[in-house]
Amino acid sequence: MFVGGRFTAARSGRTYRVGGATVPLAAGEDVDDAVAAARAAFAGWSGAAAYHRGRTLYRVAEALEARVAVFSAVGVGADELCLAVDRWVWYAGWADKVAQAYGRTHPVAGGDLTVSAPAPVGVVGAAAPADAGLLGLVGVVAPAVVVGNTVVVLAAEADPLPALALAEVLATSDVPGGVVNILTGRLEPTATLLGSHTGVDALDLTGVDGPLAARLEHLAAARAAVVRRAPGPVDWRADPGTTAMTDLLRTRTVWHPRGT
Amino acid sequence: MAGLAYPPDRASPRIADLRSSYGLFIDGDVVEPASGRSLACVNPATGQTLAEVAEADQRDVDAAVAAARRAQDRVWGRMPGRERARYVYRIAGIVEERARELAVLEALDTGTPVRRTREVDVPEAAATFFSYAGWADKLAYAGLGPDPRPAGVAGLILPWYRPLLSLARQVAPALACGTTVVVKPAGTAPLAALRFAEICRQVDLPPGVVNVVCGGEATGAAVAGHPGVDAVSVTGPAEVGRRVAAAVAGTRTRLSLEPGGPVPLLLFDDAPLGEAVEAVVDATVQPPFGVAPHLLVQESVHDEVLAALTRRMTGLRVGDPLDANTDLGPVSTAARLRHVRDLVTGAEADGARRWSPPSDLPDRGYWFPPTVLAGVAPAHRVCHVPVPGPVLPVLTFRTPDEAVAMAGGGGYGPAAGVWSGDGSRALAVADRLRAGTVWANTSHRSDPAAPAGGYTGYGPGQRHGWEAYLAV
Repeated sequence: MFVGGRFTAARSGRTYRVGGATVPLAAGEDVDDAVAAARAAFAGWSGAAAYHRGRTLYRVAEALEARVAVFSAVGVGADELCLAVDRWVWYAGWADKVAQAYGRTHPVAGGDLTVSAPAPVGVVGAAAPADAGLLGLVGVVAPAVVVGNTVVVLAAEADPLPALALAEVLATSDVPGGVVNILTGRLEPTATLLGSHTGVDALDLTGVDGPLAARLEHLAAARAAVVRRAPGPVDWRADPGTTAMTDLLRTRTVWHPRGT
Repeated sequence: MAGLAYPPDRASPRIADLRSSYGLFIDGDVVEPASGRSLACVNPATGQTLAEVAEADQRDVDAAVAAARRAQDRVWGRMPGRERARYVYRIAGIVEERARELAVLEALDTGTPVRRTREVDVPEAAATFFSYAGWADKLAYAGLGPDPRPAGVAGLILPWYRPLLSLARQVAPALACGTTVVVKPAGTAPLAALRFAEICRQVDLPPGVVNVVCGGEATGAAVAGHPGVDAVSVTGPAEVGRRVAAAVAGTRTRLSLEPGGPVPLLLFDDAPLGEAVEAVVDATVQPPFGVAPHLLVQESVHDEVLAALTRRMTGLRVGDPLDANTDLGPVSTAARLRHVRDLVTGAEADGARRWSPPSDLPDRGYWFPPTVLAGVAPAHRVCHVPVPGPVLPVLTFRTPDEAVAMAGGGGYGPAAGVWSGDGSRALAVADRLRAGTVWANTSHRSDPAAPAGGYTGYGPGQRHGWEAYLAV
């Protein structure tokens, strides 16, 4: 698993076999570690200049592009890698544009300078969409982090290797440790552990459906956590629009008097 | 109490034109509730009943949602924006015409001083309707896509504080978006919504576009959980928001929350003291989100600030909300008064020092004097449980980092304040606060052109408070 910028086994040492490989089986303590790492990374990542975040993520895309053989070995064909890289690049470009597109000023009575700007919600818990490979994973991770959130994502239970290959690229990039944390294991109970963790500010349920999604939403409701609901069946190749980012943003409006 | 004596300037309660009983407003008509039950609406200044208000149950909510759905499908959802705008403009105009009546009504129902309702709440409610009327035919330019469609039917759960303005802030955008509404006002403050129903009739709003179902928690649950509702918008205490969020979890219903919650006010050593104290005292006696803020003051100026606070509070006039001289009215219900007393007693037991100016409180009604609690620590309960009365807990900090950490201790909140003479510092601290609205060096105002909203909650609807009403 990839937590706090480092590769690690599960604290329990437990593993499971999938696709001919043995991967760690995450449990409660691993979720705790990942959330703690994401929390620790948040101030620096969200406080970084938006442009800097964009450039950092762009360099990740370049590194992804160079690893055709690595991704091919874990079942990600050249076509899919190409699409995933394009999608990653698209999101990277949004870093310094979200505030321009979604921020505004307000002509309030009294003449105050009143400005609304989008702000990241904090630590996002997410699950990689099953059966959507690297492209689905990118479609969940990239929008969350480009706007300044940090992420704990559960790799797809039946296909975790592309996520670990992505982690290798992140590990050798200048994305700070803790910005993206990748856990491997069973969707349940790990999703519930993540969903009930008080250190998680938002849940992205894109990769979760049915009764599990409803249960996770209940958990979130009890803690007043932000929820991004699954947008229904997704064509990961199509233009995603901006809701994957804006659902994980909140607006802060600051008033300051203006006058002599 | 105050050194100067003012003759009373009392508005007559007759201006509010109250009836003895009110029914529900469903499908354009005033109707009796299916259960025949009603709730007493009480004047908190006297403890007397103002009117009996019908209590809606599941059957009434079903009827209201059905009416809203019919109105949405046949009329309101098909109406071009510019025609919807005409209705909302007319509503705004009537709110202005009937301003005096609405101001007195709000003062009677909630105990808010009439000077405040007259000068702030009612004009802002009218302005809100005017402002959103203008959006009705401009939604394509709102940054929500080229052709935003209405979400359908929205359930609106309103709070007990500032009920008229809260209604305006939720109903106006809903109507502008082409969504029809089922309004559930607070059980203890329903009169503004019922008067608004009359205004809807006055402008010949098509039946079913606005429906008002009064009642308590059960009625709210029926609205929030109704499968026929496409969106729910809640303004209210955090626990109401949590209950509604739980009710819509796992459904397709969109949710918009404007939660009440902690409002920390950070006062730095270089703050303009007079202005800051004025704003802090004002926020204590007329909290913008119904619950008193708490003050975080930099240690080096603590004593000076405390002296200024107590001086200012000594000049406050506590009394009849209908008297224009009054600064502070009663607590809104008997239950909330008990809660305030418990919290203050608990704070003293935790080690806080309590101070109130000498006050002549009336015998009847739900009165609590303006109160400062000094020596409060972040672990004290009074910091985390919102106080629905004029009580100001005061905490100290040394560094900006400490202030930000303490302010964020209550989780995300609707608002915060920062006072510092250094604009750069004020803005930098503002950007670190987990609050939907931050007032930097200014009093706690709202405006129809600026969004309100907590920094938490979920689904769309946080940016301009209205995307819950659109199917985007």
